[in-house]
Amino acid sequence: MSVRDLSRHPLAALAWIVPIITVLPLFFPSAYYYRIGALVFIFALAALGLNLLMGFAGQVSLGHAGFLGIGGYAVAIGPAYLGVPAWLAIIGGAVLSGLIAYAVGRPILRLKGHYLAVATLGFGLLIAIVLTNESAWTGGPDGISVPRPALFGLNMRRSEPWYWLAAASFLLSAVIATNLIDSPTGRALRAIHDSELAARVLGIDVGQAKLAVFAISAAYASVAGSYLALFNGHITPDIAGFLNSIELAAMVVLGGMGSVVGSLVGAAVLVVLPQVLTILHEYEHIMLGLILMGCMIFLRRGIVPSLQAAWAGARR
Amino acid sequence: MLAESLQFFFSGLTVGAVYALVALGFTLIYNACDVINFAQGEFVMLGGMTTVFLALAGLPLPIAALLAVAVTVLMGLALHRLAIEPARGASPVVLIIITIGASIFLRGVAQVAFDKNFHSLPPVFGTNPIQLGGATILPHSLLVLAGAGAIVLLLWLFIDRTLIGKALIATATNRLAARLVGIDTRRMVGLSFAVAAGIGAIAGILITPITLTSYDVGTLLALKGFAAVMLGGIGSALGAVIGGLALGMVEAFSAGYLSSKYKDAAAFLVILLVLFAMPQGLLGRGKVERV
Repeated sequence: MSVRDLSRHPLAALAWIVPIITVLPLFFPSAYYYRIGALVFIFALAALGLNLLMGFAGQVSLGHAGFLGIGGYAVAIGPAYLGVPAWLAIIGGAVLSGLIAYAVGRPILRLKGHYLAVATLGFGLLIAIVLTNESAWTGGPDGISVPRPALFGLNMRRSEPWYWLAAASFLLSAVIATNLIDSPTGRALRAIHDSELAARVLGIDVGQAKLAVFAISAAYASVAGSYLALFNGHITPDIAGFLNSIELAAMVVLGGMGSVVGSLVGAAVLVVLPQVLTILHEYEHIMLGLILMGCMIFLRRGIVPSLQAAWAGARR
Repeated sequence: MLAESLQFFFSGLTVGAVYALVALGFTLIYNACDVINFAQGEFVMLGGMTTVFLALAGLPLPIAALLAVAVTVLMGLALHRLAIEPARGASPVVLIIITIGASIFLRGVAQVAFDKNFHSLPPVFGTNPIQLGGATILPHSLLVLAGAGAIVLLLWLFIDRTLIGKALIATATNRLAARLVGIDTRRMVGLSFAVAAGIGAIAGILITPITLTSYDVGTLLALKGFAAVMLGGIGSALGAVIGGLALGMVEAFSAGYLSSKYKDAAAFLVILLVLFAMPQGLLGRGKVERV
């Protein structure tokens, strides 16, 4: 395999991220930067899962924060009420999210386009409403505190270990996602994206393939939600809210649909930008709206694919 | 029992009328250019908030309301010209994110230009409730219903009876064919944005005395309006009105008979069930898939 072939390997793009992850902390002046870094990778994890669904299979979800909520409350309720250790609660939440996605996906994924969008939106809202109102378990609108145990022998009260854990988790998930995209299932998904009818004619079980990717993307979001809850030590039903769902979708579209690295870039922009824009005080939202609109108008295929196309064009 | 039902019916009708107006705005813009405009709720907010602040500045209420509608229409035109038009041909999800960016922007503008507090307007016909069959109804609710009815009627007359309305229908049906017969489709899309913004603003002004307004009421209204559109079947104006009224009714009755905490849950559960049974909404026509 020559160097050129190697650079075309699907995992090559990820190889670029590893040195960035390790070198970046050298420039972090305070623990606050580790915190932001950890948040970027946690959201990137959720965005990556959603990207598998939206970017590769072409199915929109405007309710994915619901799965963040399930994962988040799994690590809040599991250890406190059921005596389950935190790591098991993370896995339990992911399995539960996957099962729920599998169950509701059957009728929901038969819908198309904007009908699918409104159905997923409604599903996400239902989860948020249940989390808000079942206060005996969830603590109601004020939320519930999440016990933060030592995880993998690390003191998880500080931001630094979270940065490494979140980054490692994102990388692992990105490798899994890349392999999935390159597998027969991944090719089937891309075929569905291009033309559902043609995929069906080729003998692809369209319903089953969509269900599988919906369940996987739900599990990704659930793990991200668990991390978020453990990281913050507190969780409120807002985690499952409409705004979070929209933010996840915006990360996917902004970074680039169908781009694994794009999920990270999209998450980085939408996590870091509001932090930077706080210097504008009350003008923060005006600027955020303008930047979001500007990016989508001028880089309509998403940041990463647009830049890749420009780069390829410049080299020719 | 009957009086109670009647009471829920009235409140559902009032809220549903507003949802229907928001849904009509969605439908107008969607038909003209296939864009789901999530900033539609911000038009409603701008109508209410601008009226409140112009009235506070000393303008008489009718003039304040008129100016507020004009301001909102200008915002709608600007949204089309500066954000939607340059992104022509982008995928539907990208266009949705652009309108969400626009709604964040408009919310930010309102937060700076106005404030973050809740505001109200004085109800036009006073606050003495009218007794009707054991139920009570606010006189202002009647105004909301009359206003919504008048807008639906005027819109129907405009689209069905005028040449410009026919051009709008032609644009919605087939943009290329419309251009071939000499219709300036870009102007038609702009017009749809203007009308949708105007309808949203009027809805915002009408409902403010009952539900209050603040810079962030738009998100929830856009959500409900979008849900109403999909419930009725996208692209159908009648479907938007029926979807809006149905959504208001489901909310009011489930708040009354089940639990007010779960009224939104009931509304979305009904929408999901309807879509499972009728994947094109109540009045949506099945689209033939092109290969």
